[in-house]
Amino acid sequence: MIWQIGSALGAVVLGVGACAAYFLFSNKLLDFALPAREGDDVFVASRNLRRRSIIRPWLFIGPALFLLAVYLVYPVIATFILSFYDKGGEQYVGLANYQWAIGDREFRQSIFNNILWLAVVPAACTFFGLVIAVMTDRIWWGNIAKSIVFMPMAISFVGASVIWKFIYEYRGGNDTQIGLLNAIVQLFGGTPEVWISIPFWNNFFLMIILIWIQTGFAMVILSAALRGIPEETIEAAVIDGANGWQIFWKIMVPQIWGTIAVVWTTITILVLKVFDIVLTMTNGQWDSMVLANLMFNWMFRGGGDSGRSAVIALIIMLAVMPIMVWNVRRANQETGDH
Amino acid sequence: MTFDRSFFRIGPARLFVHAMVLLIVIVWLVPTLGIFVTALRDKDQITVSGWWTAFSGSTQTTAVRLDGGDKAQQDGPNYVISGSVFAAAGSLGKVSAFGVKAQDPSAFKAGEPADIGNGETLLINTDGSYKYTKNAAFEDTRGKRIYISVASPPAFTLQNFKTVVTGEGIGQSFINSLTVTIPATIIPILIAAFAAYALAWMEFPGRSLMIALVVGLIVVPLQMSLIPLLRLYNEIGSFLGVPSKTYPGIWLAHTAFGMPLAIYLLRNYIAGLPKEIIESARVDGASDFDIFVKIILPLSFPALASFAIFQFLWVWNDLLIAMVFLGTGKDELVLTGSLNALLGSRGGNWEILTASAFVTIIVPLLVFFGLQRYLVRGLLAGSVKGG
Repeated sequence: MIWQIGSALGAVVLGVGACAAYFLFSNKLLDFALPAREGDDVFVASRNLRRRSIIRPWLFIGPALFLLAVYLVYPVIATFILSFYDKGGEQYVGLANYQWAIGDREFRQSIFNNILWLAVVPAACTFFGLVIAVMTDRIWWGNIAKSIVFMPMAISFVGASVIWKFIYEYRGGNDTQIGLLNAIVQLFGGTPEVWISIPFWNNFFLMIILIWIQTGFAMVILSAALRGIPEETIEAAVIDGANGWQIFWKIMVPQIWGTIAVVWTTITILVLKVFDIVLTMTNGQWDSMVLANLMFNWMFRGGGDSGRSAVIALIIMLAVMPIMVWNVRRANQETGDH
Repeated sequence: MTFDRSFFRIGPARLFVHAMVLLIVIVWLVPTLGIFVTALRDKDQITVSGWWTAFSGSTQTTAVRLDGGDKAQQDGPNYVISGSVFAAAGSLGKVSAFGVKAQDPSAFKAGEPADIGNGETLLINTDGSYKYTKNAAFEDTRGKRIYISVASPPAFTLQNFKTVVTGEGIGQSFINSLTVTIPATIIPILIAAFAAYALAWMEFPGRSLMIALVVGLIVVPLQMSLIPLLRLYNEIGSFLGVPSKTYPGIWLAHTAFGMPLAIYLLRNYIAGLPKEIIESARVDGASDFDIFVKIILPLSFPALASFAIFQFLWVWNDLLIAMVFLGTGKDELVLTGSLNALLGSRGGNWEILTASAFVTIIVPLLVFFGLQRYLVRGLLAGSVKGG
């Protein structure tokens, strides 16, 4: 045990040290190679200074650029190319992988389920987040309540899956139901069920987990946006005789549309990539497969099929594309405003 | 706020809000509470009663056999067998009810004599002692089979944690998780902070294009990267003759995948620092490296902390990247991987699953409650993020 902790600690120090050493020594080396000390030839010194300022940005940004290129830009291109190749990535097969996808029952099931997730989870999180934000802002213990709703954000999807699997737990025969859901169902005279194995409906039982995790995120962001609403607009509405409901829908919500869109798209992207929950709860059984899990399965299924896997990844990428374009345009506007 | 008073001026409406929020808080808290309570319960109790009854103890129904007719003693016109239902198995707790038929195992209350037909009376006390009376001799030398409901007191234990930490490899996984998480949190901060400074305050060609690229890459799904990187790692591994699944490998992967958001967040913050500070330092002859280390880093502490928490939670909680870039041997798994493996192999052993889940989520929860302020700040600054 001691040895394990020691070697882990050594690896940590070495890894972080190597990174820090790069920045320190590359910059020292630059200063050393292009000296500009007092007493040097003025012309040479100013030339060296100029050259330094041309090179130094690349020392600063180099590692980041390298990582982005190797881990994100290159793979996107490579995945696109691999989608036209066979399972080993050696033989060009044209559109065969795409044809397979269209005809594959599991793939269509995944698309259907993903659409279902996309329709429910972002909407539910945003709605609950907004409602909870409005309500907690009005009571004295609101911050404690917010903390508790926000807390699942810190819990891993796998941890959350264990938590909820325990709630959906089913015991056969005359055994006492130790899963909360079945115990409640029994209390009201219903019959206990194996909830996560009911096709179609099991999707919703898995979605609840993600909603439970992500509502806190929506709540925090929307709560901040609500606080930014100018009070005069609400006061004016009150004077005009608007009731609470009208104030909420006609005055508050329209003023935070931008933030709602951000929350919605962020959760949408998360939903497209949902993997851990499905893996740990059902592993795609009982018609609960989603794209990310199907993609992962094909990476290793039957020795791995990079072509089919790549096609599935591309579908996820395609779905993210509009949001990506929107983000870049919005960011460009922001930098333009500076 | 005037709005406050007008919106929820009347009592019932305000009460309704309190009630609703309370309900929401309960719904959000109870699932986690279930895991925490169960992890501390005795493993025999977990399977026979819901965790919400943990503090009131549990009731268990078992079958026992009374002594046979040969042990009977004559008492006037009656024959009596007496003894304890716990004689064979040892005391299980307090008997609350008993019965003679499997269909109705708790037909009679303990402590009250019950007429069970055939001229027989049975009395079982809460301490387990019984008196079985018949108005004629007992014919069967085999003891009668009866059912008792035993209420056992609440039993809490730390045994489950001992089991998972030493017996199920959770202790090793904990160390592995730390080994992955600490460098994968610090390295991206360093690299991203340098890049963010360059993008905010240094002049070089292609700068605005790079900012756009970073924003675009924030939302690129991980799935796009996995296949080519897996192939690349295998090739590099076999080329250099080293294993393809190593800690530096996963550090770099986590660093790269967190990079776009890190650069975006830090650049926004660093670009907002006052221009005068940086310019006056430049006039004094400080190099960009000195400015960065001595001025920018200390000033950016809040943003660095926000991102550090994000990255820490993200890496600690990650399963996918660990499954692809780390080995799947039992001593190579991180906590999420172990938990996933246990869900497969120990599906019904809730004492093991809940205790493991507790160990897995306690660290991020502590970080969360300790540093929530920074987390919220980071979320608000980076709400363009895609996860």
